Amino acid sequence: MLEIQNIYKTFNAGTVNEKTALNGVSLTLDDGDFVTVIGGNGAGKSTLLNAVAGVWQVDEGSVTIDGTNVTRLPEHKRAKFIGRVFQDPMMGTAATMQIEENLALAMRRGKARTLRAGITKAERERYRELLKILDLGLEDRLTSKVGLLSGGQRQALTLLMATLQKPKLLLLDEHTAALDPKTAAKVLDTTEKIVQRDKLTTLMITHNMRDAIAHGNRLIMMYEGRIAIDVAGEAKKKLTVEGLLEMFSKVSGSTEADDKLLLS
Amino acid sequence: MPPELGEMELTSFLNALPGAISQGLVWGIMAIGVYITYKLLDIADLTVDGSFCTGGAVGVMMMVAGHNVWLSLLCAILAGMLAGLATGVLHTACGIPAILAGILTQLGLWSVNLAIMGMKANQSLNVNNYELLVSLRYLQDVSKGTRPFWQHPIFVVGTFTVVIVAVLYWFFGTELGSSLRATGANPNMARAQGINTDFNKVLGLVLSNGLVALSGALLAQYQSFADINMGRGAIVIGLAAVIIGEVVFGKLFRNFGLKLLAVAIGSIIYYVVIQAVVSLSGINSNYLKLLSALIVAVFLTVPYWKGKYFSKPVKKGGVTHA
Repeated sequence: MLEIQNIYKTFNAGTVNEKTALNGVSLTLDDGDFVTVIGGNGAGKSTLLNAVAGVWQVDEGSVTIDGTNVTRLPEHKRAKFIGRVFQDPMMGTAATMQIEENLALAMRRGKARTLRAGITKAERERYRELLKILDLGLEDRLTSKVGLLSGGQRQALTLLMATLQKPKLLLLDEHTAALDPKTAAKVLDTTEKIVQRDKLTTLMITHNMRDAIAHGNRLIMMYEGRIAIDVAGEAKKKLTVEGLLEMFSKVSGSTEADDKLLLS
Repeated sequence: MPPELGEMELTSFLNALPGAISQGLVWGIMAIGVYITYKLLDIADLTVDGSFCTGGAVGVMMMVAGHNVWLSLLCAILAGMLAGLATGVLHTACGIPAILAGILTQLGLWSVNLAIMGMKANQSLNVNNYELLVSLRYLQDVSKGTRPFWQHPIFVVGTFTVVIVAVLYWFFGTELGSSLRATGANPNMARAQGINTDFNKVLGLVLSNGLVALSGALLAQYQSFADINMGRGAIVIGLAAVIIGEVVFGKLFRNFGLKLLAVAIGSIIYYVVIQAVVSLSGINSNYLKLLSALIVAVFLTVPYWKGKYFSKPVKKGGVTHA
């Protein structure tokens, strides 16, 4: 479903702030894979997701989604294949537009925007039904401005928007990191529900090792712009936080990073 | 001050009122254009100072060349759209910040506008020789009873405004129009939802400057001439109209169509206030631009300070006294 081949990305090349964020990353996801991504600050997790989403062009390598080489496609064209939820709850929705307007925009992801009505009556009924799944009472507030919602509500709405048109690939960039623990658990729960229901191929970054172990069928850990650990199948099921840390110190050759990883 | 004098000034103000309202309506169309860029796209587009004159120049020159008034207006609109396209391309394809892109187009348009007017700083349109849509003369004729009421500029431009608001209301409710609003509201979200934000910015600038040029063409007809300086400070007048409309009707008008109408009314209020200041205080009209700048500065400052220094208890109507 997703094939990343040997991608490189360096920011601020040739300056004192030069930073190699991706240092030859290759990763292949099968249809229906739910991969959790962990790693310390600056390990390249978000950069990896942005490379796939096409926020900027990679320096080298290629990205293929469902057989289509998207390496040179701009962000808005790749959106046809990709649903995204960001870390910042403000980023995934338009605050000054209504809940139903946001959903209607997401409903048309990957389609030509014409002079037909931006939202139809039939759609509204559908949105009402779909919002019930979130269990946040948003189904009665279709015409409320999204800016009035809490961070958790906005993330849940963004998640719904990302999956409204079934994406080939769902990218979740620490989408629960900015939420309080209770809300985070609820949004994660909804995520699991939707991913299972639609059998979505998913890449989820998380800062929480337990979440990374509890969810998905495969786990990768990034370190210095590379994939340092890749665990799947039965091995992934048996994984513990301690086991993961041990694997990491073997890879990185130090135990120093343990605290940093756990805390970040 | 003797009472006779005050009365005279009041009479002069009342006499000038229909003219002020007409002008306000004409500029209101430009202000609606500014609303599209400033409010919907979050771009302060300085192209308008140039494209307003482009509209006036093209409109006048087309009529002088013997073309029909409607064709002249259409060409004026298209010329304005081209100006918007130039700014849009400079901003999106060439990566120039929107403000600077607008300034560049505006500067270039100075030469273009002169060229359109045959290298002259102004071109007149003799109202006796052409059948116009709006004219200060018609306003006087209607009050004298020599023309039917529907040729009154307030009626004509009012109709224009209502039609424009209706079309924009429809457009911004379509898939494409919604995606344009999303582009201004949150470009990150827009791109993630597959919206081509660059295209939409260009489209918004094109639409906006088309309206601005139409307004310029109507003003040129109204005052019977186009002048190279007619657009100077247009952006400030547009912003004033947008802000006044928002402050006065913000709480009342939630509907998008009504918000656009509020901009047009904001422009009328602006011109009536300016007329009042001129008629009642006898201020030298050279100071009007300074006055305009101050009005806009104050109206932009008040909401900012309100948010910064008086955040919690928001008093009703506090802003309107600014």
